[in-house]
Amino acid sequence: MNTFAYRRMKNRLASFAALACVVLALIPLVYILFMVVKTGAPAISWGFLTNRTVGTGGPGEGIGNAILGTLLLVFYATLMGLPIGLLTGIYVSEYGNNKIGYTVRFFNDLLANFPSIVIGLLAYALVVNFLQFGFSLFAGSVALAIIMIPIVSNTTEEALRMVPNSLREGALALGVPRWRTVLKVILVNGKSGVTTGVLLSVARITGETAPLLLTAFYSSYWSTSLKEPVASLPLTIFRNYNSPSKELLQQAWGAALVLILIVLSINIGVRLFLRKRTGKGKVVKNWKQRLSLRT
Amino acid sequence: MRAARSRLTFSGRSSGADKLFEYGVLAIALSTLILVWGLVLKLAVDAQPSIDRFGPGFIIGMQWNPNTEMFGALPFIFGTLLTSGIAILIGVPLSIGIAVYLSELAPPWVREPLAFVVELLAAVPSVIYGLWAMYALRPFIAHSIEPFFMSFLGWTPLFQGNAVGLDKFTAGVILAIMIIPTVASVSKETMRAVPDSQREAALSLGATRYETTRIAVLSYARSGIFGACILGLGRALGETMAVTMTIGNANRISWSLLDPGQTMSSLIANNWGEAQGIQLSALIEIGLVLFIVALIVNLFARLMVGRIMKAVPTTGGGL
Amino acid sequence: MSEQKANIGKATEEKVAMPHKGGNSMIMVVGAMIVVVVVIAAIFATGLLNGGTKESVTLTGAGATFPMPLILKWADEYYNSTSHKVKINYGGGGSGAGITQIKDKHVDFAGSDAPLSATDSSTYGLLHIPETLGPIVVAYNEPSVVNLKLDGPTLAKIFMKNITVWNDAAISALNPGVTLPTDQITVVVRSDSSGTTFAFSGYLAVVSTEFQTLYGQGKSVSWKEAIGASGNPGVAQTVLTTPHSIGYIELSYAKKNNIQFALLKNQDGNFVTASSETAAAAAGSASLPAGNGDWSHVSILDAPGADSYPIATFTYILVYKELYNDQSKMNKTAAKALVDFVWWAVHDNGQSFSSGLYYAPLPASVVSLNEATLNSITYNGVALR
Repeated sequence: MNTFAYRRMKNRLASFAALACVVLALIPLVYILFMVVKTGAPAISWGFLTNRTVGTGGPGEGIGNAILGTLLLVFYATLMGLPIGLLTGIYVSEYGNNKIGYTVRFFNDLLANFPSIVIGLLAYALVVNFLQFGFSLFAGSVALAIIMIPIVSNTTEEALRMVPNSLREGALALGVPRWRTVLKVILVNGKSGVTTGVLLSVARITGETAPLLLTAFYSSYWSTSLKEPVASLPLTIFRNYNSPSKELLQQAWGAALVLILIVLSINIGVRLFLRKRTGKGKVVKNWKQRLSLRT
Repeated sequence: MRAARSRLTFSGRSSGADKLFEYGVLAIALSTLILVWGLVLKLAVDAQPSIDRFGPGFIIGMQWNPNTEMFGALPFIFGTLLTSGIAILIGVPLSIGIAVYLSELAPPWVREPLAFVVELLAAVPSVIYGLWAMYALRPFIAHSIEPFFMSFLGWTPLFQGNAVGLDKFTAGVILAIMIIPTVASVSKETMRAVPDSQREAALSLGATRYETTRIAVLSYARSGIFGACILGLGRALGETMAVTMTIGNANRISWSLLDPGQTMSSLIANNWGEAQGIQLSALIEIGLVLFIVALIVNLFARLMVGRIMKAVPTTGGGL
Repeated sequence: MSEQKANIGKATEEKVAMPHKGGNSMIMVVGAMIVVVVVIAAIFATGLLNGGTKESVTLTGAGATFPMPLILKWADEYYNSTSHKVKINYGGGGSGAGITQIKDKHVDFAGSDAPLSATDSSTYGLLHIPETLGPIVVAYNEPSVVNLKLDGPTLAKIFMKNITVWNDAAISALNPGVTLPTDQITVVVRSDSSGTTFAFSGYLAVVSTEFQTLYGQGKSVSWKEAIGASGNPGVAQTVLTTPHSIGYIELSYAKKNNIQFALLKNQDGNFVTASSETAAAAAGSASLPAGNGDWSHVSILDAPGADSYPIATFTYILVYKELYNDQSKMNKTAAKALVDFVWWAVHDNGQSFSSGLYYAPLPASVVSLNEATLNSITYNGVALR
């Protein structure tokens, strides 16, 4: 019966089904945020944020050293990963229309395909074992940097590609040397895309847990040394999520709240600010970036 | 003037600073090449002892026994495939529904904020998904969902045993939630890439919204959507933390979704610290297998998505 | 490239409209990054003021979760008693991980409830220092059943899945007058390589020849149909959150979190509840080798004695006899700090915390044994104590 009424009903049902899918998908997100805030917020206090994780579940413990550890891990990882990723992206975009450029891009895609646990395993084999650094901030940072490089490289390349050729040609016509063109004209114009990529990759590695399990390992102290193990927010969550101790579980939820605040602020901030700036421009430029950013 | 002109060049005779910059950047780019080569090589080299000892039988080996030093990958390949399969089964229909809504049905003022929120789902770290899964999803599944399925499917081998909630089912569900943003966003983009002329043609022939979407959009974007699903699969294969926290960590094959299991990545996460010698080598071989599988899946996905995205000029808009 | 050309029209207009608008957003982003860097720098600075990294020593250990509550307590107390000069990290991970990591020299000391094999002891030059002992309890989640009584063979059958329901005849026989539920038993075990598993499976192997044949004692056991959780805390929490479940954990975890555990029938035929006293009773007659000897046969499982708890075990700190080597980062100060810490732990200073956490204080004979072991530890050939 192909009457119009029947078709119209099918149409309504289909629309409803599509909307239902959206609602169904939103439920977990809302629920997660709600639960993390509700369960984690009671743990938060000035003491909680500034005390160290002792591990005994006693009073006066906190996640201060985990917050510091995460900041340090991200800091060193960015220090190592950002320049390499950025310059690789610049190379592929500006100088890379040749076999080498193509190979570099392919290999960066290859790198992006490593599951993060395998990267952790390799960082363990290379830094902890081979270089004999042991469990350390450095080993953890290396693992995170390796994850960061292909993301930054890919997003930088895409962002710089978007810069129109007319700018390159114009600058060169005015006698600006190539290297200055790249740095002062192209990079500046691709700034928003590049910054987006960098910030989103920072948000991504802040939440990474698997690579840190046996690289950064564990610490219940304030540590800034590259050669010592270090606490971190994701590991605090992972170590305590299945703890029968209410205090330690509370630490996990509190750490989850702090972590999700950091990660979501970066994500929301990037999307709000940089989107406004580029008007209709997309933030995540295409599906390739999406894959590496895991969105 | 003459000085300025002499610097005008795209390639060939460039000034010293130019050459320095170019080679500097090239050096860094090559370093990533070396890095990746080094990593893949290290993976292969460290897996070698295990490859030598167990050969191709490793893939179908059913045991993981540190005491007898017999290691095989089958239970974990099985676990990975099963949980990813559940993730696709649950996640893909939802994602396509979301993509259709975002691409075709949503009023403009809803579209961007909603797409934004869906993408935010992807930003949540895996370990927080696991934490939530442990204390919100697991009880719900164990008390409501699994008994529900057991009531009419309890006779099948898929729903045997106790509904404890730390099993392949829960792991599959959390994976489904985690791949939705990827599959939905990419599907949506392939759908948006379909030219309006297609929609207009269908509408002008009197098709309803649903029919238009089905005929003009979905079939046109078919390969792209398929590619999006494969991308989601690739994501699910490599996922570690949320799975480790929900799957129940049992190193054996069991068809019942209610039984605990183990995936390749959760095995690595669990055994990493204690593995030594041949066990470490076997673990790394599992990492190698995982890497290769993820690589093949992702390359295939890019092929599929790349085809549709290249074939049709992008019509901007949206996130 | 064609992509770019296609975009030139649109993009150029956009770019012309806003040439170099660094924009407020860029400034904010850069500002935020500067703030983060300043914060980190500030923390660096306070870190230096906070006791100073130059003077302090950091030691890292990994391994058994069995003694973890006690070791973490010691670490905290020792940190305070040395005026923040000695920091001790103990990352858990299970005895198997501890043994692997100390063999690879990634940690300064390891914790393990399972002794090293004879070959390992002689190959690696590691010393065993029992720092505490305690009972492993059979925790369960069945609120309607208070004071569950079990014996060895029944326990083995439960973990071999020969008994699958709570109201099985064998369990009823041991618990006359108690109404047992009809639910299926969910078995919870360790997913990681564990000294607690070593001790528990060792007991099951002693009391059940079937278990010995099919499974045997080991840090990893190929259990039939069980849920695996990581570490003693993991098993404890899994039992707590899984109705009708049963698992094996160290007493401290059960007591501190109010988890029910069973009374076990010991060799003398008495149903004994786990406590530091009954564990101490089990250890009473143990004869231990020298620190550098072969500990692979040391066992206080199924110990004789009216009050002995059948599943008790020592747990060991493993350290190298010679603490200097090319690979380790340990300098002499750190080595001395390690030896002093373990000395502190096995004497009253540390042992006074044992009963409060439900471990048994070390018998005097064991303390003397440890003293001899600790005195034998050298750095570059020179004894540290």
